Formats: sequence, C-alpha cells, structure tokens
Amino acid sequence: MEYGQVLANGLMLGAIYACIAVGFSLVWGVLNVINMMHGSFIILGGYLTFFAWLHLKVNPFVSLLPVAAVLFALGYLIQYALINRVVTRPVLTTLTLTFGLDMILYNFMNLGFTATPRRIVLDLGRLDLGGVILPLDRVAAMGLALVLTGVLYAVLRTSRTGRAIVAVRMDRDAAALMGIRVNRVYAITFGIGALMAGACGALAAVVFPITTSVTGLFLGKAFVICVIGGLGSVPGALVGGIALGLIESLAGHWLGPQSAILAGFLIMLVLLIVRPTGLVGKKGYE
Amino acid sequence: MSVPLLQVDNLSKSFGGIQAVRDVSFTLEEGEIVGLIGPNGAGKTTLINLVTGVFPASSGKVTYRGEDVTGQRPFQAARRGLARTFQIVQPFPAMTVLENVAAGALFAGAAASRAEAESAALAHLEFAGLAAQARRPAASLTLPSRKRLELAKSLAMKPKVLLLDEVNAGLNSSEIDHALALIRSIAARGITIIIVEHLMKVVLSLSQRILVLHHGELISAGRSEDVVKDPRVIEAYLGSKFAERQKKLARARTPA
Amino acid sequence: MKRLPYVLFALWMLALAASPFLASNYIVKIATFLAMYAALALSWNFIGGYAGYPSFSTAAFFGLGAYSGALMQNAGLWVGAAWVGAAIVTTVFAALLGFAILRMRGHYFAIASIALVEVLMLIASTWAGFTGGGEGLNVKIMPGGPNYIGRVFLYTMLCIMLAAFIATVLVDRGRLGFGLRCIQQNEDAADMVGVDVTRYKTAAFALSAVFCGAIGAAYASWVAYISPVDSFSILLTLKVPVMVLLGGPGTVFGPVIGSAAFVLMEETIWAKFLDYHQAILGVIIVLLIFFLPGGLLRLFSRRGAA
Repeated sequence: MEYGQVLANGLMLGAIYACIAVGFSLVWGVLNVINMMHGSFIILGGYLTFFAWLHLKVNPFVSLLPVAAVLFALGYLIQYALINRVVTRPVLTTLTLTFGLDMILYNFMNLGFTATPRRIVLDLGRLDLGGVILPLDRVAAMGLALVLTGVLYAVLRTSRTGRAIVAVRMDRDAAALMGIRVNRVYAITFGIGALMAGACGALAAVVFPITTSVTGLFLGKAFVICVIGGLGSVPGALVGGIALGLIESLAGHWLGPQSAILAGFLIMLVLLIVRPTGLVGKKGYE
Repeated sequence: MSVPLLQVDNLSKSFGGIQAVRDVSFTLEEGEIVGLIGPNGAGKTTLINLVTGVFPASSGKVTYRGEDVTGQRPFQAARRGLARTFQIVQPFPAMTVLENVAAGALFAGAAASRAEAESAALAHLEFAGLAAQARRPAASLTLPSRKRLELAKSLAMKPKVLLLDEVNAGLNSSEIDHALALIRSIAARGITIIIVEHLMKVVLSLSQRILVLHHGELISAGRSEDVVKDPRVIEAYLGSKFAERQKKLARARTPA
Repeated sequence: MKRLPYVLFALWMLALAASPFLASNYIVKIATFLAMYAALALSWNFIGGYAGYPSFSTAAFFGLGAYSGALMQNAGLWVGAAWVGAAIVTTVFAALLGFAILRMRGHYFAIASIALVEVLMLIASTWAGFTGGGEGLNVKIMPGGPNYIGRVFLYTMLCIMLAAFIATVLVDRGRLGFGLRCIQQNEDAADMVGVDVTRYKTAAFALSAVFCGAIGAAYASWVAYISPVDSFSILLTLKVPVMVLLGGPGTVFGPVIGSAAFVLMEETIWAKFLDYHQAILGVIIVLLIFFLPGGLLRLFSRRGAA
C-alpha cells in the first residue's frame, strides 16, 4: 500500500509539474529562448492568487483566470518590447538577457511580497482509496492542471494561432514566407508561456508553500522535464512532468527529499548525454 | 603495379530506412581528374562525406595510399591529404580571408607556426586571385569569390586528393570559365581531383573518367565519351521514355 | 604587438599588489575580489569566449575546488599543496566530463553545464558524512593576524590571476587559440580544415577549470567555512559570463576589464542601494545585451586588444 501512496503522490505531483513546464517547453521550442524568468512567473502567479484569496476571499480556482490573463499580458509585453530584439541571437545572449530581467522581477517580488512562505489552505477533505490517501485539494489542483494542459493542447492543434505557433516551431522562415507574422507569434507564445506558469503557480500555491526562494527550484524542474520529455510539445511536457513526479516521489521515499531533486538532475544529465531530444521529442534546436 | 591513391570498396550508407549510398566501389589513380555525376539526390555529396569521414559508413572500406581509413574523422582525412570543398560554402565568416586560408595551412597543411601559415596563405590567395581581399572578413565576399576562397583554403591544406563538390553552382558562364582554368592549374600541380558536377560541359572538358551515381548506386564508370552514351546514364538523367526514343533514333540511323 | 594594454595591465596588477601598504583593509579586500573575479573571468573566456561554447560551469569548478581544497587541508595537507591538488582534481574532472558534454552544442550544452552545478551542489548537500552536508564545512584557519591574512590571500589571488592571464596570452597567440576561434566560427568547417575539434574543446574546457579550481580552494581557505549553496552558487555561474560579455569575449583583456568594471559597479551599488541591488544589476545586464554586443573592448577599438 505504501507504493500505492508513493505512486499516487507522484502522479499528482507530476500533473502539476507538467503544467509548470509546458509553458517553458513551448517558449524554448518555438522561440529558441531559455526563459530564466519562468520560475518567477510561477511564483508571481502563486502570490497573486494567494493575496486574492487572503484579502478578497476569492477561491483560487476562480482567480486562476484573471491571474492567467495578467501573466499573459506581462509575458506578451516583455517579449514584444525586449526579448524580440535578440531572439535570433545565440543562447548565451538570450539566456543572459532573461536572467537579467529575472533579477529585476525577483527583486521587486521580494520587496513587494517578502519571501515569507505562503500557502493557500483549502480544507476540502480527503479521499481514501483503499489505504491511499488523496487530499482533495491536491486532486482538484491536479485535475485543473491537466485540464489547463489539455486546453493548451487543443488550442495548439485547432486554433489558427495555435497552428501558426506550431508552424513557426517547425520552420520559422517557411512560416514567415507563408504570411505568418512571426514576431506576433513569438509574443503570443511567450505570453502563453507566462500564462501557463502563472496559472500553474496558482494551483501550486494550493499544494506547496510559495516563496521567492523557490523560483530556482521550479525553473530547475522545468529544465529537467523538457529534457526528459522533449521540447516544444505538450505531450512531451506531460510525459516529462509525470516522469519527474514519479522519480521524485520514489527517490524521496527511498532516499530523502534532497536525493529526490538530485535524482531528477542526474537523470537529466544522463539523458542529455545519451538522448538529448527526450523521450517524446523530435530534434529541437541544438 | 602502383597502388591506387584512393580505393573505395563496397561502400554503403543508410540513414534510418533510406539507403543513400549502395555498394559503391571505384579506384582513383594519382594525377587523374575524375568526374562524379548523377541526378539530384543520387548520393554524390554523401559519398564525399563518407570518404572524408563526416559520416561513418554503414559498411564497406576506404583505402587511402594503402592505408585503411574507413573510420577516420574529418580532421584526420584533412591531415592525410584528403581535402574537399562544400557545395554551400563554409567559411569562417568573421575571420579575414587571409585567416581562413591560413587555417588550412596551419592545421591540415602542418605549417610550423601561425606566421608561416599566413605567408603560405598569401601565396595561395595570389594563386586564386584573392590577394587584394586578404584583410576583409570572409562574410563580405561575393559568391564567386567565396568559391575561390574555398579552393584557396583547400589548396593551403596541401592535399593529395581534392574533392570538389559543385564548385560551379551559382556561377555564371564567364565565372565558370575562370573556375575551370583554376581547376586545371590545380591539377597541373599534381593534385588528383574528383569533381562533382551537374554541368556536362565542365565534366567533359575536365575529366578523363566519369563515375555516374543514381539512387546511391554506381550505374556507370569509364571514359567520358563512353559514359555519356551509356543508355543507363541517359535513362537516369532524362527518363526511360527519352532513352527509348534515343534507341529508336539510333536504330533508324544505322543502315539496313 | 601593441604594448600599451600590457603596460596598463602590469600597472593595474602593481596597484592591486600595493594596496595593503596604501589603503584600508576594506580596499585590500576589494583588490582581492578584483583579482579573484579576473581569474574566474579569464577562465570562462577559454571555453565561452574563444571556443564559443555557452558554459555555465564556473560554479561547478569553483565549488569543486573549494571542497577539494578544504578536504585536503583538513586532512593535514599544507595549504599550498591543497590548492594545487584542488586545481588538479578540478581539471581532471573537467577533462573527463568534457568528453561527455562537449559533444552537445548550443542550448543542450548550456543546460548540461548548469545541471553540473546543481548536481554537485546536491551531492555536497547529501553526502554529509564526507562534506559536512548542508551544515557546511569548516576549514582550518590560517594562523596570523588580519593584516597578514589579507595580504596572503591578496597575493594568492593575484598569482592565480597572473597565471590565468599568461595562459590566455599563450592560447590567444598560438595554435590552440586559432583553432578554438575556427571552432567558434564554424565547427564543421574547422573539423574539415584539420582541427582536432574534440581535443581542442576539451583543452579549452579543462583550461576553464584549472584556475577556477585553484581560486575555489584559495577562497575556501580564506573564508574558512564553505557550504554547498554558496560554493556552487548559480548566481556566480551566471555572473562570470556576464563579466566577460561586458569586457569583450574572446580577447585577452576583455575578461580583465569586464570583471573589474562589474566588481566595482557591484560594490558601489551594494553600498548605496542595498534593497534594489539585484534589480540594478539586472538592468545593467539588460543594457549590456542591448547596447554593448561586443563588450567594452569593442567600443574602444576596432578589434580585440593585441
């Protein structure tokens, strides 16, 4: 029964992780930009939701939408005004730029929100499936995370914008020749990346304590998930997220919490050496 | 009996399910100019990549000056004297024209020092007619000049065998004539050449022997005059209907 | 060969070396940091500047050097030998690992190099029996008063910086530097032209490790206490490339200029705007990316120095 619990925890964690990483993966796959702000976007979403819950008594699952919208706007603006100027430059340049921007965001979040850990406590009770305890707030967060991810997948496959994004991911120049406004696609994609980060940050606030100190932790997880699952695809992020959730849960159970994170990174390193395109990915950018 | 300079035995390469090069064998004697022709996608560049070590072969053997070099890496091929040019030129864009050629002299050409490499490079640039551009960044050159830069760079590598991959792509008629003259003077220096080309006039005027590749297979090899009339070659390039028509015409012309 | 930059560099070194006799302990500390970061920047320049591989491994080598040096010292080895030993350990590590990760290019290499920092940090945290774990490790304190200690470490850092500088000059002028530049411009063409790309890249990666390891070990002895998070600092690993970008990557003097400018800016900002210091550094980085693509050096001359 213990393993059942470990597995269940891993899956619930994995769903949230997938949601957290999918925006990062999309930005990396489409814009060829490693967004160092991603962790901060997640925490920002979490904080905004937390304060809405604390001060305005809004249920986090409801404030999800406005928070997502705010983050989308933020991401769109940042990309359009700043990142777009260097989007064709090598990875060192773009990574350093997003790192610099993250320092600014991080500083202001620390000043505005302080680093005190916050968690939204929703007492929704728990489900007991034959000895495996499933706290309902986690189940709800997991469910919503999957729904969000599913919605993104549907949007990418069916809407015109979504298909433009996929086209740009496959071949930017060909897409431009087809009349797609690549700069706008970039901005929208980055906005979506921020949106997903913020929304999942809102969900994460229900499950973990949110504090600026963990922005790096989430960013690191996003890296690992992208390498495990493959870049720029929703299925990849899902596979990677669930894989990481399970790895962390199992390693954490056997070896302790820090070993859980170590296990994730070690697997990522090994995969990078052996199969960098990930379990699901096609050859992304080098 | 002299050992052939380059000997390729049953060389094959497949990428996933696609057989790019299929059981190709040929030899190259010192001092020859051999043409390598074939329709697009025939596997000509892949063959060059296999010989110079860019890809490992799926099977087969490459022997260079009696030595088995099948698994070699590109830089080893270069140091052994197997130089090649690229269809899409590959310079070092931000480095000067002189530095580009000096790179060839320093590494493959085994110059003793950078200074020696640079003076050797200057001589090669003179030969290629690029001496005036020596200090300009390679990226600023026009296409014909870039092709000559490729040639100068490969000469600086002190090659015994030079594999030219479509040096004339993108050049106009007079530029091609210049290029031909250049290639002839390279051959006159004793460098053995394999030239991949689409333009029949170039191939016929330069090479004594021609190899024809089609779908990765060597469908014809021999003296230029014979290969050009080989019905298999005609069929490969122009299609079976045309080949049939040629056969009928040839029969009609022979007296009863 | 232009002599002026070398003369200026020599004067700069002399100024730093003379600081204990001319200024307060605070200034001596700044001088020590200037030397330290110059050495780190010069190190990164080999792999990131000349070879053009976006390495974020500086903290991995620094931390590894710190822990190796600390452990050797605590085991009884003389301080100087511990520093040399740490440098050797770090270099061997880099050479072996380079073989695995230098096969990747661009983004994947960048990610792998950051992962290295994280993995080493986590190993140091969890292997508590050996490394003291998250609690950190105390290092044998060097005997002597604060002035003496200050001088010892200032001159140590200066020596390491000088060694890194000399190595840079030799590489810049020789075959290795030329080959690395070819690799940076077009790796496949470099291979075709006869450059043994694997060997050269590994050499650059190892060079980027050796001085970092020495600096890390010296730093550990200086502060007498190291912890995983501070030794394998992601902030450090991201700042050092910025310093080189600021000064001018792939040049001899770029890393020196960039690191000096950055350290001095950071000190001033820290002193005056503590609360906003991260944001201001962030703004500087953003401005650097937009307005100084070749670094300060390109601003002052047509091509890189010497």
